[in-house]
Amino acid sequence: MAEYTKPLPVPSPETQPFWDACARRELTLPFCTACAQFFFYPRAFCPRCFGDAIEWRRCTGRGTLYTFAIQYRPQMIGFTPPYVTAIVQLEEGPRMMTTLVGVTPSPEAIRCDMPVEVTWEQASDEITLPLFRPAG
Amino acid sequence: MDLRKRIAIAGADETDRIGIVPDMTPIMMQAQAVRNALADAGLQKSDVDALFVADPSPMSGVQLCEYLGIQPKYIDNTMTGGSSFVIHVEHAMAAINAGLCSVAVIAHGETGFSGRRRRGARQGGFDSSLPAAQFEAPFGAGGPASTYSMAAMRHMHEYGTTSEHLAEVAVATRKWAQLNPKAMMREPLSIEDVLSSRWIAYPFHIYDCCLVTDAGGAVVVVGAERARDLRKKPVWVLGSGEATTHQSLLGMPDLTRTPARYSGQRAFDMAGVSRADIDVVEVYDSFTYTALVTIEELGFCEKGEGGPFLANQRSAPGGDFPMNTNGGGLSYTHPGMYGMFILIEAVRQLRGECGERQVAGAELACVNATGGILSATGTLILGAD
Ligand SMILES: [Zn+2]
Repeated sequence: MAEYTKPLPVPSPETQPFWDACARRELTLPFCTACAQFFFYPRAFCPRCFGDAIEWRRCTGRGTLYTFAIQYRPQMIGFTPPYVTAIVQLEEGPRMMTTLVGVTPSPEAIRCDMPVEVTWEQASDEITLPLFRPAG
Repeated sequence: MDLRKRIAIAGADETDRIGIVPDMTPIMMQAQAVRNALADAGLQKSDVDALFVADPSPMSGVQLCEYLGIQPKYIDNTMTGGSSFVIHVEHAMAAINAGLCSVAVIAHGETGFSGRRRRGARQGGFDSSLPAAQFEAPFGAGGPASTYSMAAMRHMHEYGTTSEHLAEVAVATRKWAQLNPKAMMREPLSIEDVLSSRWIAYPFHIYDCCLVTDAGGAVVVVGAERARDLRKKPVWVLGSGEATTHQSLLGMPDLTRTPARYSGQRAFDMAGVSRADIDVVEVYDSFTYTALVTIEELGFCEKGEGGPFLANQRSAPGGDFPMNTNGGGLSYTHPGMYGMFILIEAVRQLRGECGERQVAGAELACVNATGGILSATGTLILGAD
């Protein structure tokens, strides 16, 4: 594997299960059983009800492209412009930030609300990142 | 309690030089700006009994007190990014009205341009325990252009805002800068120039993005009695509001909204004036989009109508919606946390000190600063004496 030069997430106690699941190529999110809703990012309490009745549940990995931008400057170490940063609206409700791959980084090729699906990039032994690509 | 006209801004000024100032450190700039603002107010250093600062270095408030040689009885290090200094005015209002202090200085100084060499390449830029370090940086989001662009894209998608709408803001703001001798960018700029310029982060062209400069500024805030006998006529705080809705882009409840809808409503409610009463508007323009969305959130037009509202150079000199009359962060100066400078400009407009760019008969100003990733806002309604 080529040397990985982008920033690597350092899991914290409340996010470790998320990253552990990503390493198995499973997208799992915290689910508040009191609210019967998912939330993201992971934290020790539900940001709605402030309760701690939280389970990890697997998601489909499907969603829509809530928004995106094409980065023409090296906004982050290790990234080679142009590349596409995006926020995905997951089927299960929450939104998460990602890199949109499998698409030409040009305004004509990308539109908000297009269907997307998760794809995985192994960054290290511990970390596999959930990226997204156009679905289909 | 009626908080109108209980405090006033008595002094306001920048550092002697703004723009590219490689021979000054941030704290030097803060101290010089404080000196200039006190002179503007006709007050002495010994009069100051409260200090407000947002410099991100450790214990920056205490550090600046020591550097200035003051021992104030009230200190506030509230840090909400570029909106800090406008929010400090509200905090000073609370402290002065509570009798805890009487002469408050709000200080800013940053070497956004010259300090870049010292900072080096982006390493993620975050404390690894912060959410953004795990859930934004690994996916390529970094500086403000990379995140604000995603907010703007959603606004364009939902409301039909166009690159031309954004360019209108850049061009109108440049026209104001051409009237301000202190502005960095004073060359003519056309809509076509903006649209044909290179992309920084689509949908932002380079002219949609603010400058990166070195600058400092300070204002002096006093209670009503003290305001009466100072060197210049007071600029009254009629209304104030602050609000925060999130920190990271990821945590933003709705990418097309900003907390200005809350801080703005609070400020207008307190002041008891309507949007139509406002003569001059000074809002944070880290990007053209920031100004456009803020005008919507403050209620000057319907949600989503910021583009059409500001079209046809409505906010330019001679237009009926004078906005960002110093030339803005886009063309005048933007050292990083720009909120101080919209405050200074509003004071000058209400005093009638703006020369060529003076808005005739300006008696009421609306100021709104935005900090973080459209995260925290402060709104003020200011009135001439
Ligand atoms: Zn809950």
